Amino acid sequence: MEHLLPSPDVGPDAGPYWDAAKENRFVIQQCTDCNSWRFFPSHLCPSCGSDKAEWKEPSGKGVIHSFTEVHRGPTPEFRAHTPYMIVLVDLDEGPRIMTNLIGNNLDQCQIGAPVEVCFENRQNDTKVPQFRLSKTEADT
Amino acid sequence: MIKNNVVIAGVGESDIGKVPELSGLGLNAQAAKRAVEDAGLEMKDIDGLLTAYSMTEPYFMMGSVLAEYLGIKPTFCASLTVGGGTPGAALHHAAMAIASGQAKTVLITAGENRATGQSRDDAVKALTQVGHPYFENPYGPLIPSFYAMIANRYMHEYGTTREQMAAVAVRARDHAIRHPSSPQSKHLTIDDVLSSKPISTPLNILDCCLISDAAGALVVTSADRAKDLKGKPAYLHGIGESHTHEHMTMAPSLTEFGTEISGKAAYEMSGLSPSDIDFAELYDCFSIVPIIEAEELGLAKRGEGGALYASGETAIEGSIPINTHGGLLSYAQAGASGGMHGIVEAVRQLRGNEGARQVKKHDIALVHNEGGILSSHCTMILGQHPL
Ligand SMILES: [Zn+2]
Repeated sequence: MEHLLPSPDVGPDAGPYWDAAKENRFVIQQCTDCNSWRFFPSHLCPSCGSDKAEWKEPSGKGVIHSFTEVHRGPTPEFRAHTPYMIVLVDLDEGPRIMTNLIGNNLDQCQIGAPVEVCFENRQNDTKVPQFRLSKTEADT
Repeated sequence: MIKNNVVIAGVGESDIGKVPELSGLGLNAQAAKRAVEDAGLEMKDIDGLLTAYSMTEPYFMMGSVLAEYLGIKPTFCASLTVGGGTPGAALHHAAMAIASGQAKTVLITAGENRATGQSRDDAVKALTQVGHPYFENPYGPLIPSFYAMIANRYMHEYGTTREQMAAVAVRARDHAIRHPSSPQSKHLTIDDVLSSKPISTPLNILDCCLISDAAGALVVTSADRAKDLKGKPAYLHGIGESHTHEHMTMAPSLTEFGTEISGKAAYEMSGLSPSDIDFAELYDCFSIVPIIEAEELGLAKRGEGGALYASGETAIEGSIPINTHGGLLSYAQAGASGGMHGIVEAVRQLRGNEGARQVKKHDIALVHNEGGILSSHCTMILGQHPL
């Protein structure tokens, strides 16, 4: 059986983010004043400076902005998983997020490819948001 | 006013490569002594000290620690941390202190013993320090992974090729071999780069900078004061910074960076334009980076930086020599030292005594430092005469 990767470090700005991930829910902040979505989590809205925000579920869909296949991991845990794919995903709601691209069709990874959020189990009963290639018409 | 008033009067570098007999502080001190002597000064003449940071010897107050180590008591002293952009930013701070009369003679150093001074744990830490602890590092990026994603996006938008990126590394090696302090002796081919070990696609090991023991140092003073000094001063014609993000997830763009903004500020201060530049020392932590910088700084049209390298025009004999010392890819990279070697090299080239690697036309130099993931930028324009 595959070894689980380490649990993520959790910062106080983002408690709800990691709590939701444990329940297979993907939440990010939306500004209550200007309605813009944001990621990374932060105390102030980078668009309007408001300190009012709600944690809400975006569509969970986006497209690959760029990617790289990692052949040398930074730690022994990641080294055991090489090669693995890191992607920058542009969420349909606007913000960009970095995750791994997971799934068994990574050869189809390309810039502009549609992706959707999923979750990966990590050590200590934690989960991290991940992305996988969206199923296309042709797949179904 | 910085222009025509602020000069680099002395430059120095530590021994380069693997220098196990010196600590990181020792490397900085060796470079400092050489720079101060190059200016014809003594350490007691230094009233300002700026330095960078160290992964291998992470002292809490690096500026004060270095002052203590050098035995000086400056009245203007700090350590700065904007990654590879630090030497340029320090020069900017020093220039403002000189121009405003807050300091007379500022010593700047940067570097550490990255090759021999790191424990395995430190090395791992160094590989993850630039990534966001909560939202990037859980996905296992190396520093090369970030730049690899920039490379992939750049190739996608502008058609930059792997061969063009490899040409950057080949050119850097050729220049480094001509440098008497360089650890390099073996030429590279495009195929060598393309067939080297993959790190994070599309970057292979030979697309990535060295890990060295190295430090560099500058002595910055006023043009007036430099008249009585031994060293031939390099005038700081223009300097500018831009800081747009730190983590790559938050970068405004993967194809347009603060390089253009800091470059514009430097050109504006100097009154010069890209066509006035005789040679350039760009930041080349990864082979894609100087291609992008050459474009953003107006040395090549957008999308044509790769072709500029492939054409051979960036060679010492070419129309716009770039990284005449071999850059981070083939000369030295030790923490914040990478950009410092570019500044030191520019000053040396302006003086015109560099033998096998001396560029023919050496009136005006452009230097660019960059830190983070093309996050923090400083562009400098230096010249051998006042404007
Ligand atoms: Zn807002």
